[in-house]
Formats: sequence, C-alpha cells, structure tokens
Amino acid sequence: MAKEIRLWEGNHLVAEAAILAGCRFFAGYPITPSSEIAEYMAVRLPQVGGVFIQMEDEIASMGAVIGASLAGVKSMTATSGPGFSLKQENLGYACMAEIPVVVVDVMRGGPSTGLPTHPSQMDVMQARWGTHGDHWIIALAPAFIDEIFWATVRSFNLSEKFRVPVILLLDEILGHMHEGFRIPDPSEIEIVDRARPTVPPERYYPYDDTQGDVPPLAPFFSGYRFNVTGLNHDKAGFPTTNPEIIQRDMERQRRKIMGHLDEILWWAEHRLEDAEIAVVAYGSMGRSAHAAVDRARAMGIRAGLFRPISLWPFPEAEVARLAERVKAILVPEMNMGQLVFEVERVVAGRCPVIPINKVGGIPIDPPEILEAIRARV
Amino acid sequence: MAFDYEKYLRMDRMPHMWCPGCGIGIVVKAMLRAIEKVGWAQDDVAIVSGIGCTSRTPGYVDFNTLHTTHGRALTFATGLKLARPDKHVIVISGDGDAAAIGGNHFLHACRRNIDITLIVVNNYIYGMTGGQASPTTPFGMRASTAPYGAVDPAMDICQVAIAAGATYVARGTVAQGLLLERYIANGLRHKGFSVIEAMSDCPVQYGRRNRMPNAVEMIQWIRDHGVPIARAKDMSPEELEGKFITGELHVAERVEYTEEYLRVIERAQKAVGVQA
Repeated sequence: MAKEIRLWEGNHLVAEAAILAGCRFFAGYPITPSSEIAEYMAVRLPQVGGVFIQMEDEIASMGAVIGASLAGVKSMTATSGPGFSLKQENLGYACMAEIPVVVVDVMRGGPSTGLPTHPSQMDVMQARWGTHGDHWIIALAPAFIDEIFWATVRSFNLSEKFRVPVILLLDEILGHMHEGFRIPDPSEIEIVDRARPTVPPERYYPYDDTQGDVPPLAPFFSGYRFNVTGLNHDKAGFPTTNPEIIQRDMERQRRKIMGHLDEILWWAEHRLEDAEIAVVAYGSMGRSAHAAVDRARAMGIRAGLFRPISLWPFPEAEVARLAERVKAILVPEMNMGQLVFEVERVVAGRCPVIPINKVGGIPIDPPEILEAIRARV
Repeated sequence: MAFDYEKYLRMDRMPHMWCPGCGIGIVVKAMLRAIEKVGWAQDDVAIVSGIGCTSRTPGYVDFNTLHTTHGRALTFATGLKLARPDKHVIVISGDGDAAAIGGNHFLHACRRNIDITLIVVNNYIYGMTGGQASPTTPFGMRASTAPYGAVDPAMDICQVAIAAGATYVARGTVAQGLLLERYIANGLRHKGFSVIEAMSDCPVQYGRRNRMPNAVEMIQWIRDHGVPIARAKDMSPEELEGKFITGELHVAERVEYTEEYLRVIERAQKAVGVQA
C-alpha cells in the first residue's frame, strides 16, 4: 500500500519509523524537546499490539526497555540531555550485557537543565562516553526527513545485528521541524532481527565467542535459561574476575563494532569532487552547511560538504583522505567544540581544522558558514 | 519425600558467596519451595535482582535470571513483565536496594499494581559493601557509617508498600521459614504487586556491631522482636515500640496493570478497526 507524501514532524516520524522497524515497546519519561516521541508512541503502539509505559523516571525507562528487549521485544526510549545523563547507568548495563535497545536523544543545551526548548549539539561526547567504563556504541545523526526515517530503522537493525545500544541523535530543530515524506511500503524496508540460538539449551552460552563476535541471544522464557549480569562475566553469563576471560570478552566487544565498520559507517558527500574547502557538519548544522556550500559554489568558490551520519564510530579514514586534498576543513557545531576533536584527531595536521561554534540556542545559519568559507579561500 | 533443591539450584555455581549463618539462604529455600508449591515451570519464571548480597541470588538458581544495577531491579522486571504478561517475574532485593536507591521504583511498582512479586530480605544493613547504615537500620543501632548509632528513623517497608498501593503485603522472618514460604507462595498466587518482607540476620556486618555476633543470637533477636498481627491488635503503641508486626498485613483486590493494558490495546485496536 503506497502511502502519500505528508508533512511529518521529525519526532513523530522517529516514532512511526520505529514501529515499522518492529519496535513494540516504549518506556519513557517526559522531557522537552523529545516528548512528542512518547506522546505519539502512547497513541500508536497499542494500535499495533505493542506497549507504551510512562515510567517514574529516566533511569526506570532505560531499565524497562532493557527488560523488554531481553524478553525478545524490540524496544526504544527517547529523551533529551538531562534525561540522557540519567539513562547512562543502565545504558552501560545494556553495553555490558549486550542487549539491543534504541535510545533517541533530542539534544538541547546544557550542562544541567540548560536550554529546554532550543537546539544544541552538546551531547555528541555524552553519546560516546556518557556511561562509565570502556564500551563501544553506535550513534547516528541524521539531518533530513528521509534520513530521520532511515536512521531510525537502521538504529534498530544495527542494535539487533550487533547486540548493542544505538543512540539516535537529533536536535530541537530536527525534532520539531515539519517536512514532506512518503512512508515507504513495508516491502521496501529491510528489517534485521537478532540471531537466535540453534543449539539445544544445554549447549547455549549467551557470550560464547566461538559463535562469532556477536553470539546469538535467546529471549527469556524461550526454554534457554541463562544468567545476565552487569558484572564482567564468562561465556555463560556468570560473574567472573578471571583477567584472561575479561580481557578476551572486552576485546570481542570492541571487535564486534570496530571490526565491522564497513557495515556501520554512514556518511553523505555534497560537491566534494574538486573541493578545496571542506565543511564537516552533522545533524541540523549539516543542513546549514549544505546551503552554504551551494551559495559558495554560486560565487565560484570550490567548497564541499562531508556529512557524517554515523558519528560513532566515526568515518575516520574518509575524513583523513579528505584532509589530504583540501586547504582547510571547517566544523560548525551548536556547541563549544565536540566533534571537532574527533576531526582534528583523524586529520592529524594534514590541513587546518577550523571550528565554528555557537551556543545561544540559535543555529549557525548558512551566511555565517559562507563567511567562514570565504575567509579561507 | 525430601524437597529436591538441586532441581532449582545451579549446583555448578556452588559454593555460594554468602557468609556462614546468613539468613538469605533461608529466604531462597522458602522461595524455591513456594515456586514448587504453586507449580510454575522453571522456563516460565524470571528472577530479577539489583546489587548486594541478596541480589546474588539469581546466579545460583536455575531460572531465567537477571542481575541488574543497584536499586533498578523493579524497572527491568517491569519491562520483562509487560513484554510477556503470561510469564512470572519475581524480584529479590535487599533493604538498601529496595528502599533506598530503589525507593522511587518501589513506590511506583506498588502504585501500578503490576503482577510482580517482590521479596525484600531486610537485614538492616548494607552487608556486601561493609556494614553501612540502610533505611531500615533501627534508630540508635550501629553501622560503619553510623558509628554513634543511627540518627535516621527506620523505614517500615510494609507500611510504605501498603500506602503506595501494593495489594499483597506480608512480613515474615528467617526464624519462621515455613510461614515465610507460605507468604511467598500466597504472594506468587496473588494477581497484582506483592511485597514479602523477610526479616533476616547479618551476623557479620550488623550483629557484630550490635552485640549479636553470631547467627543464633541475631535470629533469636528477630524472633523476639516480631509480633504476629493477631496479637498486635491488642497491643498499645508503647508495647509495640521497637517491635515489628508479622503476618499477612494487607490483601486487596485492585485492577492489575498488564491486564488493564491489554484492555488499552483492545480499545486502541477497535478504534482503528484492527481485528485483535
């Protein structure tokens, strides 16, 4: 059934895309600017036989989505900066226990309660390193309405495929904007489900590295009785302090993400072919940069845009190659400088990296980026 | 016939890490016997815990077991139960886990009346982390963080559960294992949120600091300070001072959360014309 093009609010489209990706459980706590995701799920999930629950706090919401996912139901929660901070404890649990979940963070300013109704991009580092301990995670930052849809579907697919929490980073502009979009036919949407064990229960180990970097995960109540813990654990899921087992398990957890970059990395390029000035921008700043590059080209300036959509892991090799052939890289962000650190790290002095930062809750507009491009020509 | 504990225990995980004389073993025995009594299949039961001595229970019992973050067991359990309302979810917590860091989740699980059974092993202390005061440490008693006696008044977990809306609330002790088993079995059978508080001993971290350095003395103290609810009715507040009331303290019928949500699904699907 082909649907019509209609105006979608970013937050609502995240919710609808999640349902199409198979999400049947949502637990959340209201927080601006993400609340429309919860409100939409409260209406839609029971219509498709799923469950919405408003929990008592963000910590509880994160615990509930892990519990539901462990029972085999694809699960999501949504929040904004302060709530994302509270979720970090159980987010780390999902990393350690390798439970697939999707966490949407519609970024607002901070720290603390910051700027509730204004956009920011201040949670980029929180998405990567918010929880304690070494861990590997995936974070996607779409910029346009179609990308919001596909990034949401992809968040579920990647979390299922790699048994890892996936963070979907939006900001207030993307969450509350309206753009036209046609929901694809379900046949056009690839859905990935986590691998389930094929061995009999007595031979099943939920963290068995002989089963590959991502061992199959049996749902609770399916006849496979096993233990799950946030402690370092052996292949059967029981707590261990054996240094060799822990080393080996942590290396597998790193390898399951960093060893499969070709399946995870995602970026877009715009007019980069012969560019001498490159802009690296993501999310709503990717939109401003897109317009700025077009204006620069109209003025005869060879500018181009590299737009990472997977922020974590970061497309390092691609940005390093870009740095070989441009005179400078500009990084506009609605923060005091976060992803620019990652860009500087991978550029490693091959060309100048210039941050453009603005934090007052007003986006960096195309003329400001254009001005910075012209200053480098 | 003798009860076959090995059917329910992960014998390859023995020996367990609890101290000699610890009351948690009595509570786990009562829980296993209660599960057998109600006839639940092991594959249909999830046992969920937070952090602490009591929360190590899932590792030793052969069910779908989940050892979560400190105080958060009820949140994970809520997700599990909502995902599979046809299955059985038991949470086993210590007093610090359930009443301090997990206090908010505890209140809201009671309020929702979700069909989960919570067993709180109350030994008045944080045992695993070195004998710090918990919300149930009696006033004036000593802990590693209350070296001059606890200043905070103790929380009555059962009274809080009743006030917050739990529909089955009972209190037993490790001095009376068979009664505890009966309360847990009744809690498992009850449709709604059940709270069974088990007054338990910690001779190592609590008893040693409070002139009850071995398990027998501490269990005798627990036995002597419990008052059955029938007898308590005729006692004055002065007589009950420093005592705790045991028995089935509150049994009520109220709409259960997962059943009500199934009705929400029916209403939502009817509104959009979906055949359930």
